[in-house]
Amino acid sequence: MEQNHTEHTDHFDPVASKLGMWLFIFTEILLFGGLFIVYSVYRFKHPVEFHLAHQELDVTIGLINTIILLVSSMTVAMSITALQLGNKKLTLILIAVTLLLAAVFLVNKYFEWGAKIHHDIYPGSEFLLSLSKGDMLFFGLYFFMTGLHAIHIIVGMALLGVTYVKVNNGTVNQNRVSLLENSGLYWHLVDLIWIFLFPLFYLIH
Amino acid sequence: MSEHKQHISTYKSQILVLLSLIVLTVLTVTITSVHLGAFNTAAAMLIASVKAAIVLLYFMHLKFDEKIYRFMVTLVLAIYAVVIIITFFDYLYR
Repeated sequence: MEQNHTEHTDHFDPVASKLGMWLFIFTEILLFGGLFIVYSVYRFKHPVEFHLAHQELDVTIGLINTIILLVSSMTVAMSITALQLGNKKLTLILIAVTLLLAAVFLVNKYFEWGAKIHHDIYPGSEFLLSLSKGDMLFFGLYFFMTGLHAIHIIVGMALLGVTYVKVNNGTVNQNRVSLLENSGLYWHLVDLIWIFLFPLFYLIH
Repeated sequence: MSEHKQHISTYKSQILVLLSLIVLTVLTVTITSVHLGAFNTAAAMLIASVKAAIVLLYFMHLKFDEKIYRFMVTLVLAIYAVVIIITFFDYLYR
């Protein structure tokens, strides 16, 4: 009797596994989707302040980070191809490159936030409290949404790190790519969110 | 189970997808640097949506996977669009 139960622990269903990942991604879309609506409503109510506050942000650093994330999305997609073709070494290299790019993104973010904080712009700072309500809302949303996105980058790095170890020891292999595919989906979601954050905060007048 | 026809994306197609995404990003930056009023926002959001669709279809493999995923994603995005529309009706006609 007990024997039967242990056999089932190795049950493998790639379709259901991916379905579960998508359901989780929907909850993430709901989380960020809600924040995008909050942003739109406050922008609609304070158009002038949002326009002026947005000019404080550095488009160049935003553009560099956008391209970093896009490239890292490609490397993770390529690592799936490499694993499906049975090229373990290339898979590991591509995951490592993705992790490196993610780290560079975070370093850029550190300097970007650091410059803002240096200029006394951070939630609750004396300077920000002296500004209008619209400015406070803009920077509050800027720090909250890019911060939440940065947390997702860190979570994505942890997922890809675990996947790296499992590819390395053979648990994730050519016949069982699900973990890599699902970590990849999560990584693309992080990219997807940034695709909307970048124009909304850095570009739109 | 794992024998069902599995689609493997080529490296070349992934490079092409990346290039198109970068071109669209540069296009957004260029368009929004010109002052066109409300058109800026519309153009930036339209391009962002096209980029999101490319990521969903190719990188996230919706184009090649079982139809159930595409169906679910479309449904969720449609519900989200309805929420946005209702919210703005509320704020515009309040």
